[in-house]
Amino acid sequence: MEWFDALVQGILLGGMYAQYALGMALMFGVMRIVNISHGDLVILLSLIGISMATAWGLGPLPVLIVLVPLAVLMGWVLQKAVLNRVVGSDPLPSLIATFGLSIALQNLMLQIWSANSRSLPGHGIESQSIEIGSVYVGLLPLIVLAVATGLTWGLDLTLKRTRFGRALRAASADVEAAAMTGINPRAVYAMATAAAVGILGFAAVFQALRSTVAPADGPAQLIYAFEAVIIGGMGTVWGAFVGSMVLGISQAIGFRIDPGFGVLAGHIVFLIVLATRPQGLFGKALS
Amino acid sequence: MTAVLSTHGLLARYGDFQALYGIDIELHQGEAVALIGANGAGKSTLLRSIMGLLPVGREMVRLHGDPVGGTATDRMVQKGVAIVPEGRRLFTGMSVEDNLRVAIDQAARMGAKGGWTLPRLHQLFPILKEKARTQVQSLSGGQQQMVAIGRALLCQPRVLLCDEISLGLAPKVIREIYAALPEIRATGTAMIVVEQDVGLARTASDRLYCMLEGRVTLTGRSAEITREQIGKAYFGAGHGVV
Repeated sequence: MEWFDALVQGILLGGMYAQYALGMALMFGVMRIVNISHGDLVILLSLIGISMATAWGLGPLPVLIVLVPLAVLMGWVLQKAVLNRVVGSDPLPSLIATFGLSIALQNLMLQIWSANSRSLPGHGIESQSIEIGSVYVGLLPLIVLAVATGLTWGLDLTLKRTRFGRALRAASADVEAAAMTGINPRAVYAMATAAAVGILGFAAVFQALRSTVAPADGPAQLIYAFEAVIIGGMGTVWGAFVGSMVLGISQAIGFRIDPGFGVLAGHIVFLIVLATRPQGLFGKALS
Repeated sequence: MTAVLSTHGLLARYGDFQALYGIDIELHQGEAVALIGANGAGKSTLLRSIMGLLPVGREMVRLHGDPVGGTATDRMVQKGVAIVPEGRRLFTGMSVEDNLRVAIDQAARMGAKGGWTLPRLHQLFPILKEKARTQVQSLSGGQQQMVAIGRALLCQPRVLLCDEISLGLAPKVIREIYAALPEIRATGTAMIVVEQDVGLARTASDRLYCMLEGRVTLTGRSAEITREQIGKAYFGAGHGVV
């Protein structure tokens, strides 16, 4: 029973990680842009959300409604102003540029919000739970999981069925050939990063609701997102979702074994996957 | 009559290496022109320069008389120039139909008008209908080439550039692909065909240009040029017959 509970908690935790991982799957898995500032963007959006909530007395839902379009805009500007200048077959320039951006964002956040931890007031939603069978499940983690599932489903369909999705897949397969069919890769990339950071808007609200955030928290979120994408396999959206679940369950079982072992258990499972199946659970092996 | 597409003293270089030394070619409405020449003569470089894949001066390429040199590749497609690139360059990991849909999507986005539709393409290359859901990387070379040609046609081009579409294919497949070219021309699309096989190039074109080391060494009507002339132009002075 105790292990079943760990499994349930792990899946719920995986729902949170999936929200970080989806944006990463799009940027790293599809566009091959290594965005080191991924976690810092989550924290920045969280802090903006918290400030909006305190200043205007907004509840979590209105914060989400304002924050997601803001995140979309941030993503678009990020791609237009920074990433389109460094994107290419070599991942190193984007890595260096976003590494610098990460440090700049962390210092900017320290300057504005100080190093204190804050959280978003949930007006009771964060402490409610419902009983399923004999397991108590928090309402908030359940919402997080449902939103993560919906976002994964929506993103997967967008990539497979829409004009934008096909153009993005074409551009990531062969940028030059994509241009030869009339695609403007930079415009497509700008939309993709806008979508990726837009998803982080959801992650930012839920992260700030379920725990506290501080300006230095970004890099840990970045690692979880990377691990989930690698476990699942590059370029597959549902792979990133499953990878998040694997990571969440590993951590939850690790916590059950020993409270200090949880995060490490996740890293160990990640390393095992990397060593035995480097293309990820759903990735295709390179021939 | 203004040429549909023309180049004027076109120069191109890769870093310090100069690949093209002042190329002047012309392509007229509904015409098929062949570009022949040995490996490294600059044929592909010329097509890439026209497509905006290499930096060239504005006045060096003209489309319907308008200077368009150095225009971004996707904008050239919008202006009605499409390319079947060397090596086919299909979108791996995507199905035949999705590869073609990418072009249909963009043509729709740009409001490009033309007669090419998926059903019409399926008439031209029936195998593409049969293999619609197959991933392009598991097709044979000839089938991949048909996808590449189809993808370019669905951009609704008025000028089609074909770069070595027979490369690496079996003779029977080459005949099948070249048999489709007259139908493409019948739609009024002008073509530049880069081809290693001189015989094939002559039968598929009205006029030809022979290139050698970045220069045009011979030009004329494909039916009138003799093999001796081509031999000289192909290998340079002092060489024998092909």
